[in-house]
Amino acid sequence: MIKVEHVCKTYKVSKRNAGFSSALKALFHKEYELIHALDDVSFTISEGEMVGYIGPNGAGKSSTIKILSGILTPEEGICQIDGLTPWKNRIQHVKNIGVVFGQRTQLWWDVPVLDSFELLKEIYRIDPLTYRRNLEHLSHMLNLSELLKTPVRQLSLGQRMRCEIAASLLHNPKILFLDEPTIGLDAVSKLAVRDFILQLNKEKNITVILTTHDMQDIEALTNRVILIGKGKVLLDGTLEDIRKDFDSTEEALAQFYRSHQI
Amino acid sequence: MRKYLAFFRLRFSMDLQYRAAAFAGILTQFVWGAMEILMFRAFYQADPSAFPMSLEATASYVWMQQAFLALFMAWMMDNDIFDSIANGNIAYELCRPINIYRMWFARSLAGRLAKALLRSLPILLTALFLPAPYGLMLPVSLDAFLLSFLTLLLGTGVTVSFCMLVYMATFFTISPMGIRIIAVSGVEFLSGAVIPLPFFPDGIRHILELLPFASMQNVPLRIYSGDLAGAAMWQAVFLQVFWLIALTLLGEFLNMLAMKRVTLQGG
Repeated sequence: MIKVEHVCKTYKVSKRNAGFSSALKALFHKEYELIHALDDVSFTISEGEMVGYIGPNGAGKSSTIKILSGILTPEEGICQIDGLTPWKNRIQHVKNIGVVFGQRTQLWWDVPVLDSFELLKEIYRIDPLTYRRNLEHLSHMLNLSELLKTPVRQLSLGQRMRCEIAASLLHNPKILFLDEPTIGLDAVSKLAVRDFILQLNKEKNITVILTTHDMQDIEALTNRVILIGKGKVLLDGTLEDIRKDFDSTEEALAQFYRSHQI
Repeated sequence: MRKYLAFFRLRFSMDLQYRAAAFAGILTQFVWGAMEILMFRAFYQADPSAFPMSLEATASYVWMQQAFLALFMAWMMDNDIFDSIANGNIAYELCRPINIYRMWFARSLAGRLAKALLRSLPILLTALFLPAPYGLMLPVSLDAFLLSFLTLLLGTGVTVSFCMLVYMATFFTISPMGIRIIAVSGVEFLSGAVIPLPFFPDGIRHILELLPFASMQNVPLRIYSGDLAGAAMWQAVFLQVFWLIALTLLGEFLNMLAMKRVTLQGG
């Protein structure tokens, strides 16, 4: 169970106008702007739920995921995940979660995928039997058997993403955070990843929190949607609440963003 | 401990696969060592009485230095680590149940040991067969040999824990360039990588020998050649242990601070 209450996170961002003279000026006087990435965010998610966390670019989606996974410390607010505060009990907390950042890679670039998996096995102290069983299961479901012995730099994006997802699940996490997992994937890979996540949730009752810009991801995977903009939760409900009379979710969402000026 | 060993193993086996780089390194180190010895020879011939080490010991110092370059050169830092801080890829490492400092320590140590393993033997073997006083002499005694091996490892530890401070500082500055350049050139000059410490004037040398930089390559290379022995040697070994502990503790402390205020770059 995930409980988030009144969480705020601000970033200090240095700003200046383009050009040489303003660069010179910034030498002596640097101007900073405080960006409220998260502004009083609260929600609860119960075990086994699948939640789509959506919002326009820069809304604070990734910041939330990073706070929930113990990487960032917010200035204010409470967050409890299975009784632990992520940023205070980081090491204890992260044993129970799996994270996929769609734009980054966790696999070692120059060595075969299996080497990275073996490393994760040691990091999470997965016992050999569980490891073997999970590896077999994952490579069957995500169709990895051909890829495991290939160095990561020679994999295509879609192939790599399937390996990334498998890597995040080797240690049987109870909660899975997916930060844009289908970014840049072709239709086949997208469908494969979606099916896999659905199946995972059904079989193991894993809680899944998903951020994406792909509305079909949301339609296929989640009932509940949390929509945030400018750091605030604007809507916590179902897709129908957003879609209303529009034909496509995409249009409805764009209209929603416009009406909230985000 | 086992998790950190796993990082060690992976990094070690990764570095073993770069064979061409090792070959090029061996050639470079060989030419470099030869040039350095020729330079010292010129000094020696000008005035042997002003030469603080024997020419033989100096030549051995140079060959050992070139053979184990990968263990001691501060500029051989892990660019992946700097990149992961600057572009935010460190996000993944932060969501693992590990201590970042110890993990990077294991990685850096493994990288250096693997590189040294590939490069050292050919250089040492060739240098052994060079005519005296230009070649690598056999160790003065079995004790000196064993102690130089032990202090080689200690010195590597001090070098790695010093480099770790630079990695940790990058959490606060984002760009590693400034600190890295100062640290690297400082180590180069003060550790005896450019000229061995006995060649420095006495007053400065006494201070230099107390600094952490003197606990890197200075100790093992001079013990091997018999230039450092007796009470001075034991003092140097003690200082190595001291600096290894002090620098590691400081690094762990910086790590703790960094974890509290880390921000991730690039969304």
